[in-house]
Amino acid sequence: MSLPIAPKPAHRRFHQARWDEPVIFELSTPGERGVLVTAVEPGVRDTVGDVVATLPEGLARRTPPALPEMGQMRVLKHYLRLSQENLGADLNVDVGQGTCTMKYAPKVNEQLISTPKLSAMHPLQDPADAQGALEIIWRTERMLAEISGMEEVSLHTQGGSAAIWANIAMIRAYHEANGEGAQRREVITTIFSHPSNAAAAKAAGYDVITLHPDADGYPDLAALKRALSPRTAAIMVTNPEDTGIYNPAIREWVDAAHAVGALASYDQANANGILGITRARDAGFDVCHFNVHKTFGTPHGSGGPGTGANGVSAALAPFLPGPRVVRDGDRYRVEEGGPRSIGAIGPFHGVVPNIVRAYAWIMALGAEGLRAVAETAVLNNNYLMKRILEIPGASAPYATGRRRIEQVRYSWQELFEETGISSEEIGIRASDFGMHYWTSHHPYVVPQPFTLEPTESYSKAELDEYADVLAEVAREARETPEVVRTAPHNQTVHHTHHDDLDDPERWAITWRAYRRKYPDAVGA
Amino acid sequence: MIGLIVNPVAGIGGPAGLAGSDGADVQRRAGERGARSRAAGRAAAALAVVAASRPDEHVVTAAGPMGEDAVRAAGLRPIVVWHQRSPTSPTDTTDAARALADVGVELVLFAGGDGTARDVAAGLPSSAVALGIPAGVKMYSPAFAVGPSAAGALAAAWLDERGLPTAEREVLDVDEEQLRRARVEPRLFGTLRVPYRAGRTQARKAATPADEQAAVRLAARGAATRLRPGIRYLLGPGGTMAEVARELGVEKTPLGVDVVLDGRVVVAGASEQELLAEVAHGPARAVVSIIGGQGFLLGRGNQQLSARVVEAIGDDPVMVVAPEQKLIDLGGRPLLVDTGDAGVDARLAGFAHVVTGPSTTSIYPVHAPENEGAVHAP
Repeated sequence: MSLPIAPKPAHRRFHQARWDEPVIFELSTPGERGVLVTAVEPGVRDTVGDVVATLPEGLARRTPPALPEMGQMRVLKHYLRLSQENLGADLNVDVGQGTCTMKYAPKVNEQLISTPKLSAMHPLQDPADAQGALEIIWRTERMLAEISGMEEVSLHTQGGSAAIWANIAMIRAYHEANGEGAQRREVITTIFSHPSNAAAAKAAGYDVITLHPDADGYPDLAALKRALSPRTAAIMVTNPEDTGIYNPAIREWVDAAHAVGALASYDQANANGILGITRARDAGFDVCHFNVHKTFGTPHGSGGPGTGANGVSAALAPFLPGPRVVRDGDRYRVEEGGPRSIGAIGPFHGVVPNIVRAYAWIMALGAEGLRAVAETAVLNNNYLMKRILEIPGASAPYATGRRRIEQVRYSWQELFEETGISSEEIGIRASDFGMHYWTSHHPYVVPQPFTLEPTESYSKAELDEYADVLAEVAREARETPEVVRTAPHNQTVHHTHHDDLDDPERWAITWRAYRRKYPDAVGA
Repeated sequence: MIGLIVNPVAGIGGPAGLAGSDGADVQRRAGERGARSRAAGRAAAALAVVAASRPDEHVVTAAGPMGEDAVRAAGLRPIVVWHQRSPTSPTDTTDAARALADVGVELVLFAGGDGTARDVAAGLPSSAVALGIPAGVKMYSPAFAVGPSAAGALAAAWLDERGLPTAEREVLDVDEEQLRRARVEPRLFGTLRVPYRAGRTQARKAATPADEQAAVRLAARGAATRLRPGIRYLLGPGGTMAEVARELGVEKTPLGVDVVLDGRVVVAGASEQELLAEVAHGPARAVVSIIGGQGFLLGRGNQQLSARVVEAIGDDPVMVVAPEQKLIDLGGRPLLVDTGDAGVDARLAGFAHVVTGPSTTSIYPVHAPENEGAVHAP
């Protein structure tokens, strides 16, 4: 006799672990130790003497550091518990973090980079002993030059915004070298280009002109022509924009910029939909950049080490950041930036482990594989878009009825007007089903936005599961809105309050600041 | 503590085809045509959202159809602090708003249209916070939530989070007699402080002003840095222009056009004639922001800046100042000019360089609806 088994519900019965785990400083027990350091042998001590005595006065601590004191097993449990309270790319159908290009970063590449031949390298090692690492950097740069059509590529920068900064720094240096630095004071961008373009241009001292989409939702060529003048230093645009809309007149944009003597800078932070299909240089761009951690299969590291790649035309090559890896016959050497280089904007050769991962990723795919990545990502996106637009209350503003490239910024405005349930609340409820969901980065243009980017990594079954969850939450918003409004119900963290996030009196990003600003909470 | 005021005749003229509901005569005619106000029902729908999470919440309100009935219909508990006269009149709404503010209501919800917003604004101190539940015929004022449920969700969030960030919004109203004659010229009657939910994901990747007031201040600073000596600046009405005046350290009439020359106010609250006289003295430029939710630069709420004034200024007559979000809030619709002179409108149409900060501008399309034969009456 078998016991009756209830049928499985339509949606995954996810439940996040909740450990109520304290901050590690609160777990400290004075005197507890994880590792007992072996005492220095008498022979060694007699030989080298008191090493601490030779420390310069300014370097010597007067009091020991206030580190948590814990046994190894408690440390292990602490971090395993925290890891269970996560909803990362390796656990959920991570298509809800649009613009970030969350794809599978192959685990085998982690084995490649863990070799001591790489992890034990020092950036100041003699190049004669670092030929393998230098060769990988050089070869990866050449492959990215082929992918972008650019003359030269540098992997020196450590992230997307650093690469965008390098772009505008090179543009500024180029105009200054031509004696036009004082005249060209304006940079033109679009409202749906990645906001780091406007931010970097502003930081470089430029006046920034922002263009809004035309009546059909496409980048507005007439507005661009109105904005261009002999004062223009560059256009800095993303394509496809964060809406997933590809600018069909991109060549005209570049030509219009060149016609007034301006340069054209291409933000290809996310090139996932165009690999092997379009090339920046073929559209006439002078500079471009990739976020290697988005398109080329290296982990994002949660704000940790990304990797940027800057591609330039021959005319801009002398301005690339340094140092550069140069091939001499079958040997590789390191060359500091020349007199016109913008110099180092990060240490050494960028994030070498990521470069090795990207090299392995590109080599595993080959040219046909890269194109298949783009085609699959675009197909996945348009399949998901069809599923999402079947949900009553969801829409895809701008270029209505047209296909998108690799992502879509959708809107729940209709659902919001009907139910008062916001996109943010839908995202929190989606986490009850084990799904990550995100709205939009700055600027908040699409009302009640959500941005989905399926990349090439997800199967049809996973895309269906994600769409089913959103359809279910939209149904709840109409029929049982309290369930959505009081969500999450199956999550570690309940509601957080964001409204004082930008108040310096309230934020506390270190334990020391937390003790100072919230003495009652810690009893200090 | 939240409060509610319902305009029991709001929107009554709309379904009856009377282009508004102001005036006892119109209300009587609408009643004869069988019209009923939907304001109470929409107010109850908003409060139902509050009731779902806070079934025991008290709502401070006016008696009977002016709020009490809607509070009860939503299942919440009314505290009545005002009894209206019979029949109701605009001063009822104003007096009720004042009564709510006097007992310490932090958020005043009001169900109605532009006329109701105008009456509520007249009764509230400038520090008070209010939010419209859309239920009127005319809703030019950007002081309304997108729908009753959205208004209720904001009120619930206000209670849950003990307040929300607020922003100044214009209160615009048209003379309905004009509207019935198909002539629309909304005037600016004041401002209301309206709560909003901060874009929680904003500013995580870019260092931009997180809150709206900071964005307005940045745009105003952008305008101030662009002013040159020896030029008369005709500062239009509205919150952004008030911030420009603050940047310049001068007084500003909230609803008028003030002339500023070399950091001093030359004429305050100028008429069209006075503006023409000032422009005749030397180089001048109008400085305006976007009035209301419709996107008008000229012809709404700043009629003193007439076609004749714009014509007299000459080349590049208008500097437009607005935070980027005001452009975004237009949802892709163009900015509008309607000076009453097709030639002047045609010259202003095309693209505007909108000052959004000291080193930032946006290029945004400007249309002249009158020249395109577009009907813009609601």
